[in-house]
Amino acid sequence: MVKYLKTADAEWYKQRITGLIICALAAFVVLFIRLIYLQVIMGDEFRRLSLNNSIRLQSIDPPRGRLYDRNNDLLVDNRPAFDVNITLKDAQPLYRTLEKLSQYLKTPADTLLSKIKQTRGASAYKPRLLKQDVGRDTLAAIEVNKYDLPGVSVNVNLLRHYIHERKAAHLIGYLSEISPDELKSGSYPDSRSGDLIGKFGAEKVYENSLRGKRGGRQVEVNANGLVVRILKTVDAEPGHNVFLTIDQQLQHRTEELLDGVVGAAVAIEPGTGQILALASSPSYDQNFFVGGITHEQWDLLISNPFRPMSNRAIQGEYPPGSTYKIITALAGLEEGVIDEKTILNCPGYYRFGNRVYRDWKKGGHGKVDIIKAVEESCDVFFYQVGQRLGVDRLAWYAKAFGLGTPTGINLDQEAHGLIPTAAWKKKRTGVPWQGGETLSIAIGQGFNLATPLQMAVLVAAVANGGNRYRPMILDRIKSVDGQIIQKNEPKLIGKLPVSPFNLDLVKLGLWKVVNGENGTARGSRLADIDISGKTGTSQVISRKEDEMLPEEDMPVHLRAHAWFVAYAPSENPSIAVAVVVEHGEHGSGTAAPIAKEMIKTYLRKPPVNTQLATQNEADSTGGDG
Amino acid sequence: MFDRRLIQYFDWGLMGLAILIGCIGLVTLYSAVTAETPTPQKMLFFKQLLWFSVGLVAMVAAFLFNYKMLDRWAQPSYFVCIALLIAVLFFGKYAGGSRRWLIIGPLSFQPSELVKIAVILSLAHYYSRDAKTRGFTLRELIRPLMIIILPVLLISLQPDLGTAGLVVLIAGSITVFVKIERRSFIYLIASGAVLVPLIWFFLKEYQKKRILVFLDPDRDPLGAGYHIIQSKIAIGSGMLSGKGFLKGTQNALSFLPEEHTDFIFSVLAEEWGFLGSVTLVLLFLILIFWGLTVAHGCREPFGTIVAVGVTAMIFWQVFINIGMSMGLFPVVGVPLPFVSYGGSSVLSTAVCIGLLLNVSMRRFMLE
Repeated sequence: MVKYLKTADAEWYKQRITGLIICALAAFVVLFIRLIYLQVIMGDEFRRLSLNNSIRLQSIDPPRGRLYDRNNDLLVDNRPAFDVNITLKDAQPLYRTLEKLSQYLKTPADTLLSKIKQTRGASAYKPRLLKQDVGRDTLAAIEVNKYDLPGVSVNVNLLRHYIHERKAAHLIGYLSEISPDELKSGSYPDSRSGDLIGKFGAEKVYENSLRGKRGGRQVEVNANGLVVRILKTVDAEPGHNVFLTIDQQLQHRTEELLDGVVGAAVAIEPGTGQILALASSPSYDQNFFVGGITHEQWDLLISNPFRPMSNRAIQGEYPPGSTYKIITALAGLEEGVIDEKTILNCPGYYRFGNRVYRDWKKGGHGKVDIIKAVEESCDVFFYQVGQRLGVDRLAWYAKAFGLGTPTGINLDQEAHGLIPTAAWKKKRTGVPWQGGETLSIAIGQGFNLATPLQMAVLVAAVANGGNRYRPMILDRIKSVDGQIIQKNEPKLIGKLPVSPFNLDLVKLGLWKVVNGENGTARGSRLADIDISGKTGTSQVISRKEDEMLPEEDMPVHLRAHAWFVAYAPSENPSIAVAVVVEHGEHGSGTAAPIAKEMIKTYLRKPPVNTQLATQNEADSTGGDG
Repeated sequence: MFDRRLIQYFDWGLMGLAILIGCIGLVTLYSAVTAETPTPQKMLFFKQLLWFSVGLVAMVAAFLFNYKMLDRWAQPSYFVCIALLIAVLFFGKYAGGSRRWLIIGPLSFQPSELVKIAVILSLAHYYSRDAKTRGFTLRELIRPLMIIILPVLLISLQPDLGTAGLVVLIAGSITVFVKIERRSFIYLIASGAVLVPLIWFFLKEYQKKRILVFLDPDRDPLGAGYHIIQSKIAIGSGMLSGKGFLKGTQNALSFLPEEHTDFIFSVLAEEWGFLGSVTLVLLFLILIFWGLTVAHGCREPFGTIVAVGVTAMIFWQVFINIGMSMGLFPVVGVPLPFVSYGGSSVLSTAVCIGLLLNVSMRRFMLE
């Protein structure tokens, strides 16, 4: 026992060091044996593999997910393209190889050489792209002569294919090469230089789902760079398929209707917030970006004065014009400054202070109640409602209706719009709010700004009885084997602060806009579909009230923008739309017919054969070639 | 008063051996950074040269004073290092998915390298008191366990699992050396055998996958598995006499990953062949024997344990790094002492050599 509890002394430690020496020796014997194995026994084999740097990695790009519309119609696909690559290390003598290759590619050898020089700095063991997307004939010629073309390889590469040119270009977006900044940002951990990523629209927003996961192969190549053995393969995981909420047929019709004008249109399903169509005109061709857009093409797009790359439906900010009267009317009723019995006289002008504010209709509307005021868009009636409310109460309602803040649609760069308050103006300009400005605000002019999408969400909420849903473009995401990865459910983001009684009053007015005797949009009436709506004309410049020129005599760029917001059928609506036509003068003349056609297209089309749709879907979830 | 015996007992052989390994390291590093593509990184070579001179100063500083002062300084220096580890989690430079470096002016260093030495000193401080030949019981091991776990957790948070594992190995070696009481040892092994499957059960799927890839690089043929193959080809293709200085082909064109840090041994083995690699491995073996001899020659427990500790630290790094390059172990970022590029590693190794010299030259002094 005494010996057992003996204090450890130097002598005792010395004995234990012997054990350590034995352990260290044993470990090093393992290292020596391994060295002998690798360098002496296996040396010849490893030397052979090293001479040609024979073990290489080849990456396998995943097929990008496809995009479909709400009826499972294909919007964006991938098509195989054949790319000719060259690996410099294997392609010796280089110039002779290029000369031979130039016969098949029909490109001078010197052009090919300069193309190679552009990629200087890349490893000589990595294949470099010589020519993208060559035809099948070229492919066959190269494959037949591949023993004569050392280092040349043809890869099948999937290129994005936008099936309907120019259609839904802003919503779908496009792909382009990842920029150094994006690489550094850390948002694309799996991407490397040269990869194509979504830069705009759904392609960008759903990049992570669409991209899939890169795979690769460990291969052994011979002296010509030809693969002699595949050692290991990690399969690429294909990207998920994304199903958008849009209706392709309606989307196409909408874009046809907008063809030739500058503007935007949005259609929403009122009960869910699903976007049925979202179009901006002019548009651009996404297929331009496939295979790399040239500088000239890009400059042309960017310098176009009509800005085809801008998505006016979510980025365009316009004064809402008379469509804003929906808000003024409901705010007035809710705050009790007017009621259903209030009747105001409209002589065609309204005197406020020492200024005269005109109605759009010379001679006025006579005795006007709230329903007639909405139907005929009587400015004088709403001047007075606005004056009684004051700017800040009006602004509170406008904000509660969703104006002044982005709707939260899952698309980039959505604009805020603007709802002015007295405090805002004081802060912004230093000048106090003027009473007369409230009058302009009440009819949707002045500082007010709204996007077509905001107005569409607003009118959808009016249509469905007061529920504001977040507009959404995604219906669901499915994996290629048909599993649902994500299902997007409607999201309620607010309720209109209005009573059902008041809302019904205004809705009656909106119905009369199209269906009443004096309705401002009676020209857009349909026999079989009951449409309700509101026209709007938003002034581009503020004009002195007493020197109004007829619109027709104005230069085009100073003409007012035309608005129309609508929903149909008036009972149990299933579509709500907002249309804006830049410099379209009157809502009734240019915007309303477009909205009418959109509604007609959506409601009159034959019911989708659900069985067929399911069938299509089943097909689409099959293997990805 | 200056004792002349300090010079008489100075271990010139050990210092010469360390400098020789350092020179081989510099030559290999030169080759590795010159071949780097697309642009040679010769700057790194000169930086390393600078670190070696700093290391030389640190080594001298580490043997000038009597090492027994460290017995007193062990705990304060331990807590300073812990503070640095906490600081690195908050203010450390984020690079390559982890936070390991503290930036002070123009210098950046890894506190985790210093922690290894602090842990050695703290354990030596504790174990050298009241050690019994029966070994330490579980109760007595609670404090050393705390000393080890705190830095290991902090380093794992960076995350730097290679270094965290290294600290465990070094501390474990020291503890086994001072002996664990037989029954306690059995308990420890048994509880480990129970805990590991339990922890595995609670891990998330991706964490399990990462560990499996770590243990079996072949599961990741495009990453770790590919690196191991290229490293084996580089080493094997060196054959008996190597391809010659600056003639390595695997080293060139980025076929080897991290060739100036983790895979530096492959560069040497490719260019100098079996003869070259055996020489370096032998030199490391001699260095480790030398360290153990210093421990053997020391006449008091604290010095002995410190010498064993720093020797264990060098041993594990050499064994793991070279073993990894040859495909014997998982791929971990453990530097090869005096050969891999990296200022913090050079510095901590130099301090280790300095401590060995310190213990060695004062072996004539009795407690």
